[in-house]
Amino acid sequence: MANTMPRSFLQAAATSEEVAPPLRVVQIEGLAVLKIIKHCNEFLPSLVTGQLLGLDVGSVLEVTNCFPFPIREEDEEIEADGANYQLEMMRCLREVNVDNNTVGWYQSTLMGSFQTVELIETFMNYQENIRRCVCIVYDPSRSAQGVLALKALKLTDSFMDLYRNNNFTGEKLREKNLSWVDIFEEIPIKVSNSALASAFMTELEPELPVKQCDYDRLKLSTAPYMERNLEFLIDCMEDLSAEQNKFQYYYRNLSRQQAQQQTWLQKRRVENMARKAAGEEPLPEEDPANPIFKPILEPSRVDSYLITNQISNYCNQINGVATQSFNRLYLMKALHED
Amino acid sequence: MAVLQFFPPFSPVVSAKIHAVVLFNICDCYVRRPDQADRVIGTLLGSVSDGVVEIKNSYAVPHNESADQVALDVDYHRNMYLSHLKVNPKEVLVGWFSTGFGVSGGSALIHEFYVKELKEAQSSIPPIHLTVDTRFKNGEASIKGYVSSNLSLGDRPLAAQFQEISLDLRMIEAERVGCMNLDLSSLNILHLSCFCKCNLVDILKTTAVDKLPNDLEGMEASMERLYSLLDEIYKYVDDVVEGRVTPNNDIGRFLADTLASVPRMSTAAFDKVFNDKIQDNLALVYLSSLVKTQLGIAEKLNTAAQIL
Repeated sequence: MANTMPRSFLQAAATSEEVAPPLRVVQIEGLAVLKIIKHCNEFLPSLVTGQLLGLDVGSVLEVTNCFPFPIREEDEEIEADGANYQLEMMRCLREVNVDNNTVGWYQSTLMGSFQTVELIETFMNYQENIRRCVCIVYDPSRSAQGVLALKALKLTDSFMDLYRNNNFTGEKLREKNLSWVDIFEEIPIKVSNSALASAFMTELEPELPVKQCDYDRLKLSTAPYMERNLEFLIDCMEDLSAEQNKFQYYYRNLSRQQAQQQTWLQKRRVENMARKAAGEEPLPEEDPANPIFKPILEPSRVDSYLITNQISNYCNQINGVATQSFNRLYLMKALHED
Repeated sequence: MAVLQFFPPFSPVVSAKIHAVVLFNICDCYVRRPDQADRVIGTLLGSVSDGVVEIKNSYAVPHNESADQVALDVDYHRNMYLSHLKVNPKEVLVGWFSTGFGVSGGSALIHEFYVKELKEAQSSIPPIHLTVDTRFKNGEASIKGYVSSNLSLGDRPLAAQFQEISLDLRMIEAERVGCMNLDLSSLNILHLSCFCKCNLVDILKTTAVDKLPNDLEGMEASMERLYSLLDEIYKYVDDVVEGRVTPNNDIGRFLADTLASVPRMSTAAFDKVFNDKIQDNLALVYLSSLVKTQLGIAEKLNTAAQIL
């Protein structure tokens, strides 16, 4: 009965706003992947960035092309140059029918240590202009181990809300149940190719029984990579303990201040009682001018969350490489027994 | 007396290497070309060393082509070139590409333009002309590279002759193991040098890959391949011993070399090395799980309610 009635105008108007489906997959073209890899590898060991272009279709974000950013010198004039370069590239690419739509940016990273405040800031900047944007992180050192280390990242909505309000107290975080895993959201990547490109590739690349990636994977020496990973991990642990010290200091100060406040309050109360007995006006029980009532700022937890993220990343990497080397060692053992 | 002469204006170019990016870019530009255009034209960027030109990057340039005229958007070309130079000043102009089979009349004119551009840039190499046959005219993919030299009669330039040069498609930056005995060199796992990737080949061949392979899956795939290769070699050796296949001395020698390259260690020494490595790895895994537990605790502590 109620279902078959035509919807009132108000209802129709209210539901005309579409809720964007959550981003589920990032679909990259082989061309963009190759360009990113080429650019990142060329400029090792410095880190580089570039812009991603593509389309936003439903729950899939398609990345069809990309272009690199020039390495920025520390110079004032280059700021305007950078913007000009971007506009110029976008204009030129539009003339050859490339999707002129920015969908994010890519950057290279060293040993997976990309979780920094700058990343979050860049995300916030992008998010203001583009509804959906993604950051692709490529790790050249990990790719040398035989894995294509490409990740698509996005900040979670809840984290973005909190960050915008600059509200990182323990209260708020517990309220929203936000822990350090909830900052970044990793989106699965799909690689697609135009039919022409795949036809070319199949024609030109003979079906080799063994490829370079196999060599990379079966390589026995992983020590340098593991060593660097551990070094970074140790540094991060030190940073984490520094952050924890900061918190301890804050708590200690807070409790000391509270104790001071209590004693002051007691004194005031005693004074007031004496005054009442003498028939005078009682003094107020608060004194905002007194320094012991100044609220102490709680240190922001963003840094510690980021560091925690980095540490967990390193741990995962170490685990991955260790598993691989277990496999290889047992393979070697079998080979040797023959 | 007027003499027909060849004038190679620059130092000779022997061959060219193309990076895979360039090929993909050209395919992409072709797919996105405007409806009325028949082919796509663009610039090639790269570097030269010892008569070998390495083509590393490319971009399409809009152009208009009719029966007898070709117009290229020169400003666009120059702007893109400057933009690309900002990112990578080492990638310079090395030539141009066009999709389509063979060289046509219009191509000669465009080639002239690029010759002039290169002369302006005072480069010592002639521009390379790359044709990529996107129509698969002969039922196969053909990519050809040409260098032109001018034919002139006395003082009058007559025509430009395009000579084909050898091309090499590079999928990786490192040297490739020799193609002939690739199936046998798998036994060289112990002797590999550290160069980088190209597990992309699998991904790039198909039109869609649902998931990038992670560590273990990749490892599994590699080991399966190794296994099948070992099977093949086993079969081959059996066949030779039984006399079913004529033995090839080269392959035999290669096999013997490879087997000899497996280091001979006494069982005790090998066991020791092996156990040490395994213990190191176990220690690392233990450490990383310890760290992860620590992180969990730290996080709980940080956001714990204040008990005051």
